[in-house]
Amino acid sequence: MTSGSGRHVRAAPAGAAADAALEAATDVTAERVLVTGASGMLGRATAAAVAARGHGTRSFQRGPAGVPGVEDVRGSLTDAGAVERAVAGRTAVVHLAAKVGVTGPESEYRAVNVDGTRALLAAARAAGVRRFVMVSSPSVAHVGTSIVGDGAGPADPERARGPYARTKAAAELFALAEDSPEMRVLAVRPHLVWGPGDRQLVEGVLSRARRGRLPLLDGGAALVDSTYVDNAADAMVAALEAPPDAWGDAYVVTNGEPRPVRDLLAGMCRAAGVPVPTWSVPAAVARGAGGVIEALWAARPAWGEPPMTRFVAEQLSTAHWFDQRRTHEALRWTPAVTLDEGFARLAAHLRGPGAED
Amino acid sequence: MTPGPTPGPHAVTLPAQLPPPGLPGLDPGWSRLVEVPRPDRDGTSPAGPGAVDTWHLLDNAADVAGPVRGTLLCVHGNPTWSYLWRDLLRAGAAAGWRVVAVDQLGMGFSARTGRVHRLADRIADLGALTDTLGLTGAVVTVGHDWGGPVSLGWAVAHPELLAGVVLTNTAVYQPLDARTPAPLRLAMAPGVLGASTVTTPAFLETTLAIAHPPLARDVREAFRAPYRSAERRVAVGDFVADIPVDAAHPSRPALEDLAASVRRLRVPTLLLWGPRDPVFVERFLADLLDRLPHADVHRFEGAGHLLPEDADVASAVVAWLNDRLDERLDDRPAGPLDERPDDRSTGDPAGRAADGAAVGEPRDGTRDGTRDGDRDGHQAAPAYRPLWRVLEERAGDGGVALVEMAPAGRGPRSISWSLLARRVDELARGLHASGVRPGDRVSLLVPPGADLTATMYACLRLGAVVVVADAGLGLPGLSRAVRGARPDVVVGIPRALAAARALGWSSRRVLAGHLPPAARAALGVECDLVELAARGRAARATDPDPLPTPGPDDDAAILFTSGSTGPAKGVAYTHARMSAMARAVGAAYDLGPRSGLVAAFAPFALLGPAIGATCVSPDMDVTSPRTLTATALADAVAAIDAGVVFASPAALTSVVADAGSLDDTGRAALTGVRVFLSAGAPVPPELLEAAGRLMPNAEPHTPYGMTEVLPVTDISLAGIRAAGEGEGVCVGLPVAGARLAISALDDDGAATGPPAGTPGVTGEVLVSAPHVMERYDRLWLTHRAARRDAGWHRTGDVGHLDAEGRLWVEGRLAHVLTTPAGVLTPVGVERRVERLEGVGRAAAVGVGPRGVQQLVVVVETVPAARRPALADLELTERVRAAVDVPVAAVLVVDVLPTDVRHNSKVERTRLARWAERALTGGRIGRP
Repeated sequence: MTSGSGRHVRAAPAGAAADAALEAATDVTAERVLVTGASGMLGRATAAAVAARGHGTRSFQRGPAGVPGVEDVRGSLTDAGAVERAVAGRTAVVHLAAKVGVTGPESEYRAVNVDGTRALLAAARAAGVRRFVMVSSPSVAHVGTSIVGDGAGPADPERARGPYARTKAAAELFALAEDSPEMRVLAVRPHLVWGPGDRQLVEGVLSRARRGRLPLLDGGAALVDSTYVDNAADAMVAALEAPPDAWGDAYVVTNGEPRPVRDLLAGMCRAAGVPVPTWSVPAAVARGAGGVIEALWAARPAWGEPPMTRFVAEQLSTAHWFDQRRTHEALRWTPAVTLDEGFARLAAHLRGPGAED
Repeated sequence: MTPGPTPGPHAVTLPAQLPPPGLPGLDPGWSRLVEVPRPDRDGTSPAGPGAVDTWHLLDNAADVAGPVRGTLLCVHGNPTWSYLWRDLLRAGAAAGWRVVAVDQLGMGFSARTGRVHRLADRIADLGALTDTLGLTGAVVTVGHDWGGPVSLGWAVAHPELLAGVVLTNTAVYQPLDARTPAPLRLAMAPGVLGASTVTTPAFLETTLAIAHPPLARDVREAFRAPYRSAERRVAVGDFVADIPVDAAHPSRPALEDLAASVRRLRVPTLLLWGPRDPVFVERFLADLLDRLPHADVHRFEGAGHLLPEDADVASAVVAWLNDRLDERLDDRPAGPLDERPDDRSTGDPAGRAADGAAVGEPRDGTRDGTRDGDRDGHQAAPAYRPLWRVLEERAGDGGVALVEMAPAGRGPRSISWSLLARRVDELARGLHASGVRPGDRVSLLVPPGADLTATMYACLRLGAVVVVADAGLGLPGLSRAVRGARPDVVVGIPRALAAARALGWSSRRVLAGHLPPAARAALGVECDLVELAARGRAARATDPDPLPTPGPDDDAAILFTSGSTGPAKGVAYTHARMSAMARAVGAAYDLGPRSGLVAAFAPFALLGPAIGATCVSPDMDVTSPRTLTATALADAVAAIDAGVVFASPAALTSVVADAGSLDDTGRAALTGVRVFLSAGAPVPPELLEAAGRLMPNAEPHTPYGMTEVLPVTDISLAGIRAAGEGEGVCVGLPVAGARLAISALDDDGAATGPPAGTPGVTGEVLVSAPHVMERYDRLWLTHRAARRDAGWHRTGDVGHLDAEGRLWVEGRLAHVLTTPAGVLTPVGVERRVERLEGVGRAAAVGVGPRGVQQLVVVVETVPAARRPALADLELTERVRAAVDVPVAAVLVVDVLPTDVRHNSKVERTRLARWAERALTGGRIGRP
């Protein structure tokens, strides 16, 4: 059990009585939940956390998820038939599946993030789903360069930065517009999720640090909040079980512990026993370089993800931290794992039998 | 200059109209057109009987919920219109006040009448309008700019209706000998008047352009709305031309009459002022105060001519109406002209403990410093003893009163009590013979020493109010402070008089020191102190009777706060309160007629003669406490066998650092000290310990207090050790006569709790004592906020009381952090960090929006960091481990920004802004 807030899940009654009980309940009874995108770190953690709460859990993603106790359904969001089959018989959905990245044509992002979400919402409604948790990102509302203690603003598909954020913004807007008494919808925006098994942030940081190729931008002073993966998964469960007044809105989820980027990177490096970066590059130089690299990669898509983009440079050199009060109040959730505990768990994982070094 | 407007396009008549819709902040429902029979003042009204003028006015009557408490009659100036009062219409309605804001005839959206409206006409026109409206009951006039005289004219003509007067940046008198303000002089120059006011909108544009901060574009457009064409601006030019700048002007008699009549007004009066006004400069405020001495005054530092745009005038007026008018409305006497307000300050002027204070009064009396057990401190306080009483008593005493260790490069100079008493008498008579009167303000820009002491006591004896602005405010701060206090006379050393001249202070100038005649003439020096004393001797020869003495409730001095939390504030002390301060200092440190004290801390040094103690000022640059050496201190102690030493923490730090240079004589001299105290800012116990090693027989003390009340508490080094570590800095028990209470903080970090003495509750520190200042000077709103609990003064510091009744200071109210986990005070965090190896001073500040602030610790390292940066990981982790709340980041700086005066109060507000920038991204600059 990862949730520490003491909510109770009752055993599901059967038949018509169950429906009546569902209608009347303020507490949440066991749901039949679909978790999409369970192949990534957060998706796997979420599926596991949902299952651990006693909900019947099915996952849906292109590859195998292999989460113990979770029914594995494979398929693509862009395959309407697969989506319908996945959602059949479900009462709740946690939708994590998305195309994530910083480069590539926007149409590819749109197909998965916008059209895929639209198809899933329609199928869910048809299947009688009552609760739909849309997993989004703080970047959907982020049009400037820094975030200093802001709350979750409205998604802005025109001005959000980059194809991922723009398409997620559009998806979040129409998902929230679907919120109705029959099917409640809310959006959760976890920020900078990391933890054991993280193939994006942690692995990227460590592989560069090992090669001595991880610079600090402007000394790494920018205050950045992040989310330890178990806290994010916990927040998904809290969202799924959210009280009636929480629905129809978007919530940023973080650890609520902003730290200078340098401290965050150092925490990860130390967990892995890798030297902590000490050399600094002016952020303006990095942003400039990012722009050049972006342009080169755009011309040669076959090269894959570029090593540094303007967007990444900005993320690592400007403040990103949030007002979490509304999130805590509405979702009845607070993070249970501190940053330092998270670093300790990461270290234990990297030292453990499954450590990839 | 040609009197009156030149005949021009006056034939222009245009009907009144309603303002266009959509003007920001203006409710179209307020607008009314009112037809008013034209007053026929002298039987020459061109249109004859039956003629009407149509006014546009704003009236919020429909919005007032509940019973109407009265009417505010608002009169705009030139070239604005009733739009200026939109916020007041809204705020007034919510507070139960009907607000009628008129557009004067020819102005705003009222009719263009084709006539010239002189001052007398405008007053009569306004009377005709209020007759038509049938205004009854309590009316408070509100005037801005040249609407001021018109509103005052109405006020003196309607005593049966008048309940109060509010004036903002205006004048009722244009002295013939004084310079017309330059911008106006230019506007009135022949050929310029018509062009600048009517044919082009230059005058309007200039007025709109001087708002601080600049007006929003749509607001600017709203002000322009009624003045779009030259024919709509005719009255703008007439209005300027109607300013009676010379004796022959047709409006001169009306203005002279009015200026005299205003002196008879006794109704509650509020003067709100924006000092950054190029036209209505401070001297007009002084003139108004001279005519309306009972007025409440608030100067909005930083605001200018368009005061209702620059500052929250609406809230100020409503607050003032609540305080000053409500109790009067029920039983208003018939003739308000004879009514004399009986008190001048908000709340309880005597500082008596009122009903609400009882909760702050613990049953066991532990928080009550009154040693005789008297609960009400003030009433039963020792009888008032004038500050100059000792000088009178010791006029024949040849003993030493003052010693200056290094007067202008010479050896020590001693002044006996009899010489000091004689000098004070001569200077007081000299000032009096020069026309300085009781209540006049005299700014003393003289370094501590015999001249300052003698001049100060001369002023006190005469009843002139001493304005003590010290160089510690920095030149801009000092200039702002002195300007705001508006002294009639400046007594200063050459450097200070040069600054006074350069900064354009209009005061008379008296020189302290010597200058060649040419330099004196250049600085506008009237006389020097030697000549002033000679003048006094001559006056005494012809009239040996003593000068009349000021009363205990007359103002004695204006001091200034250090401005570490905003612009320096003037603090007014009456004779009784200053005398109580001398008594409190004397009692706290057992100082009396046989004591000798070394004063390296100016405020207390000035009290020496009042206490009867012999004072010695050490050889140091008083503007820089760090220049005090150990030897200079020892020499000063030796000069009078001083038992008591006062020094600021910075001076003491310097002495400790210099201890190695002491010779045996010096060390021996310092063993004679029995008490030393350091004040002015929090004093680290380590510093007291180090200084204690230099003065082994002395008990180290540190008083706690502020310019508004000093001392509040006192603690010895032994007391600090006994208190141990806690949340904040322990400053000890209240001194005799002082009582403490705490107003608890709420979740937003505001001190909203009632005064209470519950141990362990953190909140704003409240003090009640006979030596609390009388009031903030010309800062009515500030004073009101500080005195909102009857009988208590709010200090702006936060802290808590412990079970023994000791006060622990946790920081400034303005520096309290509001984090997601609750409010957090800075000093406890700072103390924990400062105990770490390799850390000097530390500051705890919040970054981010209130309510979600993150704690950032900024430290001075030992050795100092080369430049501001993120602290290294090792230090960061030690800080996080030392502090029991989450620390988002640790920054290092070479030196923390501090106030100029004490060089020790960390400017956390400025530091917080810097830290937020540093942690947002980009290169880290200097704080």
